[in-house]
Amino acid sequence: MIDWLMALAQTLLFVAMAPLLGGWIKRVKCHMQNRAAPSLWQPYRDLAKLFRKHTVLAANASWIFRATPYIVFGATVLAAAVVPLVAVNLPTAAIADVIVLVGFFALARFFTALAGMDIGTAFGGMGSSREMMIGALAEPVMLMAVFTLAMSASTTNLSEAVTYTLNSGLVLRPSFIFAALGLMMVAVAESGRIPVDNPATHLELTMVHEAMILEYSGRHLALIEWAGQLKLMIYLVLVANVFFPWGITTEMSLDNLATGLVAIAGKLALLGVLLVTWETVMAKMRLFRVPQFLGFAFLLSLLGMLTRVVLESGL
Amino acid sequence: MREHAVRAHHRIQKDLSPLIFAYLALAGALASGVVSLGADRYPHLLRYGSSLFLGACGLLAIVAGGWAMIDETPATDVLALGLPWLKWHLRFDPLSGFFFSIVGLLVFVISLFAPGYLREFTHPGNKQALSALGLFSGLFVLGMLLVLLADDAFVFMIAWELMSVSSYFLVAYQHQHAANRRAAFLYLLMAHVGGLAILLGFGVLAGFGGGFTFEAMRATDLSVTWASIAFALAFFGFGMKAGMVPLHAWLQEAHPVAPSHISALMSGVMIKVAIYGLIRFTYDLVGDIQWQWGVVLLIIGSASMLLGVLYALIQNNLKRLLAYSSIENVGIILSGLGLSMIFIGTGHTVLGVLGLLAALYHILSHALFKGLLFLGAGAIAHSCHEYDLNNMGGLIRRMPQTAVFFLIGCLAISGLPPLNGFVSEWLTFQAALQAPALESGVLRSLIPIAAAVLALSAVLAATCFVKVYGVAFLGQARSRRVGHAHEAAIGMRLGMGLLAVLCVLFGIFPSAVIGVIDAIPNQLLGQGPPSAAAHGWMWLTPISPRVASYSAPLVLVGILLFALIAYAWLRVRAVNIRRGDPWDCGFGSLNSRMQYTGTAFSMPIQRIFAPVWDLKVDVEETRNPAQPLRTDGIRHQLQVHDKSWSRLYEPIGHLVLAAARRIGLIQTGSIHTYLAYSFFTLILLLWVVT
Repeated sequence: MIDWLMALAQTLLFVAMAPLLGGWIKRVKCHMQNRAAPSLWQPYRDLAKLFRKHTVLAANASWIFRATPYIVFGATVLAAAVVPLVAVNLPTAAIADVIVLVGFFALARFFTALAGMDIGTAFGGMGSSREMMIGALAEPVMLMAVFTLAMSASTTNLSEAVTYTLNSGLVLRPSFIFAALGLMMVAVAESGRIPVDNPATHLELTMVHEAMILEYSGRHLALIEWAGQLKLMIYLVLVANVFFPWGITTEMSLDNLATGLVAIAGKLALLGVLLVTWETVMAKMRLFRVPQFLGFAFLLSLLGMLTRVVLESGL
Repeated sequence: MREHAVRAHHRIQKDLSPLIFAYLALAGALASGVVSLGADRYPHLLRYGSSLFLGACGLLAIVAGGWAMIDETPATDVLALGLPWLKWHLRFDPLSGFFFSIVGLLVFVISLFAPGYLREFTHPGNKQALSALGLFSGLFVLGMLLVLLADDAFVFMIAWELMSVSSYFLVAYQHQHAANRRAAFLYLLMAHVGGLAILLGFGVLAGFGGGFTFEAMRATDLSVTWASIAFALAFFGFGMKAGMVPLHAWLQEAHPVAPSHISALMSGVMIKVAIYGLIRFTYDLVGDIQWQWGVVLLIIGSASMLLGVLYALIQNNLKRLLAYSSIENVGIILSGLGLSMIFIGTGHTVLGVLGLLAALYHILSHALFKGLLFLGAGAIAHSCHEYDLNNMGGLIRRMPQTAVFFLIGCLAISGLPPLNGFVSEWLTFQAALQAPALESGVLRSLIPIAAAVLALSAVLAATCFVKVYGVAFLGQARSRRVGHAHEAAIGMRLGMGLLAVLCVLFGIFPSAVIGVIDAIPNQLLGQGPPSAAAHGWMWLTPISPRVASYSAPLVLVGILLFALIAYAWLRVRAVNIRRGDPWDCGFGSLNSRMQYTGTAFSMPIQRIFAPVWDLKVDVEETRNPAQPLRTDGIRHQLQVHDKSWSRLYEPIGHLVLAAARRIGLIQTGSIHTYLAYSFFTLILLLWVVT
């Protein structure tokens, strides 16, 4: 019972911290680009404002359009529940393994794309079509990267995989490096960051994710934005905890939990800085350059897999 | 594993009960065919009489199949039909039972759907022979069920041909269109080329086994070479019927042109009967599985799923799209079987069981959601006579219930949790992830690549069905007919609703289902899955809880819980929702022509994977001669041709024609020449004999 409560607490922490991570990234980015930065708490204020505001629905929006924000939010929160954030061996990790996790994102993407087509504007359809294309190319990369890990750890359960990396100590595995790089590139593509998509733009010709959700407003938009921040955080936590799990707690004591909390906060802050650096030095790509970007990511993951099979089969 | 089967075979013959239900089901199928002979005079006989018998047949088949799976000891029977020295041997074991209940389920659903759907066929203005539709539907079902019962090659081939030929008449049913006649002929031709290969495959087994009964075939030990030859022939024949790449070119022509409820049967279950044949032939009759066969299956399966889904993605005819998607799903099933064979052939029987279970689960899943989607396409066609996605739109408002069912079908076929399509894909991934257990480095690196192809196909399938649902059901109607569509009749909705509910149930309770279909690996391999359902109905743990676990009920509850919390929380402090116009960039109101069409939606994928298709794009611009810089109208036409047609079918067709012309040279048309031929043949034969 206490385990389930812990899992619930960890999920709540996950959901609550996601906007903060978004705020951190935005702040670092502003500093790096010599701009005045908003407060760390700005994303919370934005969400609060959206929750308070009136919701305007397009005249011909169907129930799919209204249900989508809730489904997307529900699926993303559940995805957050199965990812180990501060502690491993929590019971929620058994509900869904990493393949199901990918499935949650696919479910959310499916409904967002449908919602994009629901109103019948050209923007919505354009966004849906592009998002599905990017998703189609990114998902195999992600699975390939996690398969490399799953084969080494001989499990697809995230908690078990983290424990495995934790126990195997600091071994330099070429396959993990390839897989981690592949996963990071997917994280960039899937969470709609530069160079694949630009979350800050509403320029018609370049937007992907924003085009799909153009018709959303008020609390619906708030839920979708929040789910987006959560998704970015899940990807960063995956990279942080699966490949560099040190600091995560295996036992439930106050000291260990505090260590775990500090460790993950530090890792996420670092990854945030890395992401911002990447976004600052890169330019947004043309849409049809994205397949090459993701093709390269796939190649990295494939190399990781082959390295695992050829070089590390004895490990 | 063979001793097991033989032992089981000797224990039987005391209890015929599941077989009695099976006979009644066969009788029901036959009766539904016979009763509709009078349909030309009394159209109600087709809509209600024939459907009533089909419904009874379906229910009986479900009961019989379920019983056979639970009973585990096969029931056999010998009927004094056929030739005097070749009696009909029938056998009903868990493998047959599994497929029997799937066929029964779909037939039952069809019987609910048909009365409403056939209304327009029985319209006085319709000149089609109604009796033919009913008769051949009945015979088609009878043939499929009989194939599953066959215990000797003779009955098997008779039933197989009954199934193929009767479905030919159904494909050719709307024969006014030349394209349908062509599709039907191609179907008949391919069915017989495949049938010939199957016959030869049985011939190899019968030649060594010394008899046509499956019992004799099971008892023989073939050399690896002969076993491989038999396997290759059977794989060619059954694979052709199942629509594997590159032999699939007939499938997307033939399946869509039949009436929709028959398309549902063809794509939903007839393909599965072919897979049944493959499983029966390899696992049961040949028995000694080589891992190389598995590699062949895995490669062809991966090619089928990727090409199938890519071709599906670019279609705009709904039924044709669904037919291509069947090719993809056959690919997933073949990959599961391939993994299973690789593991069995290398001695990892436990993992082989996992692969087999994944394939069987996908067979079940695909029958449900593809049946549902074809019936949905039928409902749309019935309501607004439209198959082209680019003329649809906004159906969610005109057909609200059909829209819900169709959405469930789309979610399931896209492999999204927590529906049934996801379970089988998850199991296939789990089987693929056990590749490190293999000794060969080549296999260890081949299998993960196949898994990546599966992942790509799954997402492309999701893209494909976002397109289908988004273009057909969402947005605004693109044509007047679709704008005036009406909701489907109650029976049609019942049929679709039943399948939709089953898609959800089989997605949420996979452990319970696997607990029942365990009987099949038990029967074929003498071993059940290690612990798939060992941790209760809530958990699916195919190898062990440490390796992987999935709890579909908790996933559903979790998503709903978090969504409801968000909803309730926002509801309490809700501010009213206002309706307004969508954003139109300030250019004035939007119309239905401004929406993304199906072609536009799949364009990015079309551009990335361009070499896959034979594409012909025609863009015609009409310009005003007075103002040469202004375009008055643009006409865009996209033609997609299947590469297997131009690369494989046409060259072979030309070869056959050329050979026929050469042989034709000896036919002079003069009786003297033919007499001379006979004379010299006689001389030659006499010389050979002496």
